[in-house]
Amino acid sequence: MSQPLIRVAALGKSYRTAAAPFPALRGVDLSIDAGEFVAIMGHSGSGKSTFMNLLGCLDTASSGDYFLAGRKVADLDQEQLAALRNQTIGFVFQGFNLLQRMSLEDNVALPLVYAGRGLAREQRRQSARQELARVGLASYASSLPSRISGGQQQRVAIARALVNSPQLLLADEPTGNLDSHTSEEIMKLFSQLNGEGITIVLVTHEPDIAAWARRQVCFLDGLIVSDVATPPRALA
Amino acid sequence: MLKAMLGEAWYAMGANRLRTALTMLGMVIGVGSVVLMMAIGQGAQYAVAQTISSMGSNLYILISGSTSSGGLRSGGGGGPSLNVADGEAIAELDGVSHVAPVHQGRQQLVHGANNWSSTVVGTTPAYLDARAWTMASGYAFGDSDVRSATRVALIGQTTADNLFAAEDPVGKTIRIQQSPFLVIGVLAKKGQNLDGRDQDDTVIVPLSTAQRKVFGTPFPGSVRLLMVQASSAEAMPAVEADMIALLRQRHRLREGQDNDFYVRNLAAAADTAAETTRVMSVLLGAIASVSLLVGGIGIMNIMLVSVTERTREIGIRMAIGARQKDILAQFLLEALMISVAGCLIGLALGIAGALLTNAITDMAIVISGASVLVAFAVAAGIGIFFGFYPARRAAALDPIEALRHQ
Repeated sequence: MSQPLIRVAALGKSYRTAAAPFPALRGVDLSIDAGEFVAIMGHSGSGKSTFMNLLGCLDTASSGDYFLAGRKVADLDQEQLAALRNQTIGFVFQGFNLLQRMSLEDNVALPLVYAGRGLAREQRRQSARQELARVGLASYASSLPSRISGGQQQRVAIARALVNSPQLLLADEPTGNLDSHTSEEIMKLFSQLNGEGITIVLVTHEPDIAAWARRQVCFLDGLIVSDVATPPRALA
Repeated sequence: MLKAMLGEAWYAMGANRLRTALTMLGMVIGVGSVVLMMAIGQGAQYAVAQTISSMGSNLYILISGSTSSGGLRSGGGGGPSLNVADGEAIAELDGVSHVAPVHQGRQQLVHGANNWSSTVVGTTPAYLDARAWTMASGYAFGDSDVRSATRVALIGQTTADNLFAAEDPVGKTIRIQQSPFLVIGVLAKKGQNLDGRDQDDTVIVPLSTAQRKVFGTPFPGSVRLLMVQASSAEAMPAVEADMIALLRQRHRLREGQDNDFYVRNLAAAADTAAETTRVMSVLLGAIASVSLLVGGIGIMNIMLVSVTERTREIGIRMAIGARQKDILAQFLLEALMISVAGCLIGLALGIAGALLTNAITDMAIVISGASVLVAFAVAAGIGIFFGFYPARRAAALDPIEALRHQ
């Protein structure tokens, strides 16, 4: 592949605080190719979540450049950023972030509403049910999020992230709220999706979660301190 | 897309029913009171218009000048300056549709054992045309009755009720000043005039008969009043000028000499009454509009709370690709739905209230399509206007800030 899916150069982000600007990221350089499975690691406050939000186009960098699929993100307007978040990126949160008053299929179908392809409600639900089946929750399509377990909610969130067939799946501490058994299931799902060709970048501070990835990037005080490839892990 | 968003707005409204209902209540009261007040205001205007048209439209009353004898001035109509021939001359003018000479006064009427004091009007058939007065039963007298001074009478409803009670007056005889008059017709009911005087308490007889048998006059042919009807409101100024010029010429009044007659215009009184009710209905509408405004501010208030409450949801939506305009449209639509729903309920209650008012108080009520349409448009406008600020605030949220919101 001629150009990486993600390329950041000297990326910096500082937060305004009462005293002085606090630099969360202090010049990060990183390239991620399509098809990679990358774990971003680091202690809390290391800047890894800030980095993730920048990758997800949820936040804007203070300095440096971010190229996503060859496009310079800083040059895009609000509408184009929304389209990126909708079409190119799937974002999975630590807290699942499902809309509680909607059924699971409607939650999953929501990105399709904003995709502006003019799909009818039933077509959108159809696609949503396919995604739910992919994460093994086909039978819960019309349940409300409060009816299912945390692990299941995270699967629904992943289904929602996948419904517009994005190239890139970003996950910010996806297992942070889950027990070790469910975490493992979620990670198996990620491995499987990566095997299907989706680029995955996930943030975690747990080494055994990061061990699922094929490359581990470690952050410390807003800088990358290590970037190593890890051997593939056999799916148990 | 729109359907999905309507569904979402419906969801959001249903999520907090009490709050939605209370917000709507503001609009309900606002729209309801606007509709009710407009119905009452327009009803009052309608009632006044009815009264005015019952007096006859585009009318001038010419009153003969006062006389004075021994230092005692008679007041308008006392002198003999106007006469029937003046009326005939005026009738020839352009823009004049009817001229009726009038000689009227109060007299005691007698029928059998009943007696009743009423206004006796001596005039010509043109009087009925000028005042657009129709017959309830029987028939009106003609010009030949005026020429031959027949003793026939048309009586108003009030007079008929008081003299005849349940009897049919047509064909019966009444006595005025000892002279017997044959009642040949009963006039249709007209109601009160602007002064509150009962227009139906009257007897109409041929002018010649009235002058000879009822009032007696030292100047036969002269009349106290001439009622002149212009063919249209537009023709009135020209008719007034022509009429005055003609009478001055006929009465041989020199330049600088005062008119020996007075010109009264019923339109002036009518305009005053119409203007009063118009101002009143505008005032009522204005007061009601304030409550509509308060309802609108209520919507803004709730929408702002809703935006704050749902900040995280907005962040989630943005994270999965909602554009600013999607968020804007969502909240705007919600505000619009609340106001339109409130407006519909308010409309129904306002109309019901108006009908109830009509049923209880007998007040005239006019519910016009225009007022309903205006109330509706204003409500939709308020929904958009007061929904816009909160919606824009929601749309302008930074995705990451919104997501961090707890």
